[in-house]
Amino acid sequence: MPLKKNIATSEAGFVFNPATGDSFAANPLAAEVLKLLQAGHDLAAIRAQLLERYDVPAHQLQHDLDDFIWQLTSFQLLEE
Amino acid sequence: MKLPYERPTLRRLTAGTLSKFGPQAGAGVRPVAEVAGASVPALLAQFGSPLFVLSERQLRRSAQALRRSFGTRYPRVQLAWSYKTNYLNAVCRVFHQEGAWAEVVSGFELEKALGNGVPGHHILFNGPSKTAADLARAAEVDAVVHLDSFDELRALLAVAAGRPRPVRVAVRVNLDAGLPQRWDRFGFNLENGQAWQAVQQVAAAPDLALVGLHCHLGTFVLEPAAYGTAAAKLAALAQRATHELHQTIDYLDLGGGFPSLNTLKGSYLPGPDLVPDLDEYAAAVAEALLGAGFAPEALPLLVLEAGRALVDEAGYLLGTVLATKQLPDGRRATVLDFGVNLLFTAYWYDHLISPVRADAGRPEPTVLYGPLCMNIDVVRETALLPPLGPGDQLVVHRVGAYNMSQWQQFITLRPNVILLDLQGNSHIIREAETLEYVQQPERVPEHLL
Ligand SMILES: Cc1ncc(COP(=O)(O)O)c(C=O)c1O
Repeated sequence: MPLKKNIATSEAGFVFNPATGDSFAANPLAAEVLKLLQAGHDLAAIRAQLLERYDVPAHQLQHDLDDFIWQLTSFQLLEE
Repeated sequence: MKLPYERPTLRRLTAGTLSKFGPQAGAGVRPVAEVAGASVPALLAQFGSPLFVLSERQLRRSAQALRRSFGTRYPRVQLAWSYKTNYLNAVCRVFHQEGAWAEVVSGFELEKALGNGVPGHHILFNGPSKTAADLARAAEVDAVVHLDSFDELRALLAVAAGRPRPVRVAVRVNLDAGLPQRWDRFGFNLENGQAWQAVQQVAAAPDLALVGLHCHLGTFVLEPAAYGTAAAKLAALAQRATHELHQTIDYLDLGGGFPSLNTLKGSYLPGPDLVPDLDEYAAAVAEALLGAGFAPEALPLLVLEAGRALVDEAGYLLGTVLATKQLPDGRRATVLDFGVNLLFTAYWYDHLISPVRADAGRPEPTVLYGPLCMNIDVVRETALLPPLGPGDQLVVHRVGAYNMSQWQQFITLRPNVILLDLQGNSHIIREAETLEYVQQPERVPEHLL
């Protein structure tokens, strides 16, 4: 589920959707996930990568990533 | 070493964000790990979650602050603890130790006050629903009946007939104090002459003794000047009774209605920035009474029935996150182990809610839901809180008023209530309910056994 092509993101976590004019603030991990999505990684790969690097139980990361994808969907930031 | 983890979140930035959360947006984010000097995790471990906590120190402080505000401006002040606000006996007894009389509105509350050792003549009996038995009991223990209607006056005359001493009566008055909302369903209206008529009828009844005039303007009244107006009008009514009927009025009771520091729903400014100081109310009342023309030796006693202003601040509700989820509209939702069943005042207030854990991460807006299977079970429509997960603990502030009397045993059982005494010791003052307790009054018909 790739990010829409025209979504602009910054290192500092600023996200802008030019199609709707909405802007968002991403926390550091959200910014990282967005970058990985933009680079074309799929969710399973992103999960595995984060699990390596962050101090978090697998089930919690799964839950939080699912929630995050829901959030992206409801903010209309993902390709249909 | 792995990196510390903080859940990924995205927050929509809109021009409206600031006003939506108001200036107190960040206020709830400050972590609070202790209440009244006790560790929240330790209390929850010992007494279970959720848990109501009352601080005896704060109860006493609030009572003393009210007495100081009014007592330094007017020489004769008496507090009557409004039982319905929180009638847990331990709470009532703290206030009675601080010198408060009791203000009750039912036979049930009257018996509670008597049980707490309040002498009958220090009990003021308000309310529109006194039964003949209630009136007889009030007469027997020499409580003051605050008359609500002419029908009640008739009922009281029947009860009072033939008693060894007259029944003491105050007339409850409703009046125009310039407030948008008038509580004119209680007592007798001043402006249309009913209040004067009631005063005359009581004065003329040999079995009744008129001792006071009462007026309760409403609740969470943010206009100190309204109390000045009410005091002036009650004082004028008292003087008319003295001049025309030769009745001395012992006390003027201005009721309660003083706000706590809570934030009313829909208020842009948080309570602490909006609520006038008690001193302002006291100044308005004192100025009106001292300027009303009473002879110095005939100044009436000023009675106050403050409820929420005395007890809200001393109460905390501690609880735990059960689950979090993402709502279809993009909002974050947090499900708590307490809801409107315990926190009735969530209908009124945007309660200040603090996380306990300090390192929980960057705040995000979240809806706080209770555990009930009901759409109305919303504790906060939006609160700015760090990302919380199951097991995280929260503190709800200023919950002492009305919750521990208006709570419901609905779907779940009501939890422990503890009092932290002046030494910091904890005492259970109401035990968590059990299935047996709830079922004790139930009866199952023979054919269903
Ligand atoms: C007669 C009377 N006195 C006192 C109170 C206490 O009110 P508050 O908690 O607003 O001070 C009430 C509450 O409704 C009341 O009806």
